[in-house]
Amino acid sequence: MNRTMLFVPLIIFVVMAIFLGSGIGREDKDVLPSPLIGKPFPQFILQQVETEKQLTQSDLQGKPMLVNVWATWCPTCKAEHEFLNTLAAEGVRIIGINYKDDDDEAKVWLRDYGNPYEFNISDPKGKLGLELGVYGAPETFFVDGDGIIRAKHVGDLNLRVWQKYKGVFEQMKTHIKGTDTEAADSKGIAPKGEAK
Amino acid sequence: MKLLFAICLSLFSLSSFAVVNGHLYPFDNEVDKKRFDVLAEDLRCPKCQNQNLADSYAPVAGDMRDKVYELMIEGQSDDEIVTYLVDRYGDFVRYNPPVQENTFFLWFAPGVMAFIALIMIISLTRGRKESQPLSEEEKAKLAELQAARKQSVEKSEKQDS
Repeated sequence: MNRTMLFVPLIIFVVMAIFLGSGIGREDKDVLPSPLIGKPFPQFILQQVETEKQLTQSDLQGKPMLVNVWATWCPTCKAEHEFLNTLAAEGVRIIGINYKDDDDEAKVWLRDYGNPYEFNISDPKGKLGLELGVYGAPETFFVDGDGIIRAKHVGDLNLRVWQKYKGVFEQMKTHIKGTDTEAADSKGIAPKGEAK
Repeated sequence: MKLLFAICLSLFSLSSFAVVNGHLYPFDNEVDKKRFDVLAEDLRCPKCQNQNLADSYAPVAGDMRDKVYELMIEGQSDDEIVTYLVDRYGDFVRYNPPVQENTFFLWFAPGVMAFIALIMIISLTRGRKESQPLSEEEKAKLAELQAARKQSVEKSEKQDS
């Protein structure tokens, strides 16, 4: 009888060990792939935190942006806030969704820690969060000029994460330059963009 | 004693862990209540990844339960409700994922493993049982060896005596 058969269990063991072992150290094992990538931003009608003006998905068009889901009860949001301030200072457009939070507390937070957001969408019941498949703040969506979701990051944004997504964001910028409707807007960000 | 054991076991049954059952929602009939319970147990909480919607205390699970209730009241079917959540959270929320490209391994690996094991068991046990009959050449060799042994035994007997 073939002695090689005796090695089959060993081979299976090694294959399984490699397969399972590779999963252990994975950083993103809690991160679920979003089915919304490549889809338009979901429809909504909600108030703005700052002015109580009514906002809809059509406010999320024009210049490519980050849509950041945050709350004052969320410690990780505090941790990433400073980095968002830095990004905003660099000219990155950031829209906030204040998720299952209190508007007044949100205003205090923005006053105390700085406001990197162009505006904040108030989502006290988490309805928009559910449409977006949010399961834990902070989450950040990369939305292009046509309002299409291009990427999603779960967890805090920091320099290391930003390096990873920078390519995606640059691509979103070049995409917008090609469209006629946004010509005026793209001129607004032109100095930095064209220098490259 | 047996009864006590049975009671203990039943305490640990899955449904008794459910934090939220259909009866907490104002359904007007038993059928919908039952439907809700089944849905809540088949849908997985995306935050606490090893619990279903019925078991989980996570706020997002609460929101999802509310949504399931809302959609049921709107008259949506079970499939429509599951699709609604899968469109937003992905296939991950199903405890019973569909057979597709990226779930092939999940669905078929156990069968393949069992098949490999079966083949191994068969081939190993077969090799052990079935001893091949001797060929003519081997028979001749055996006879030769037996004769040689007989001779040597007789020889040593003579020497002893």
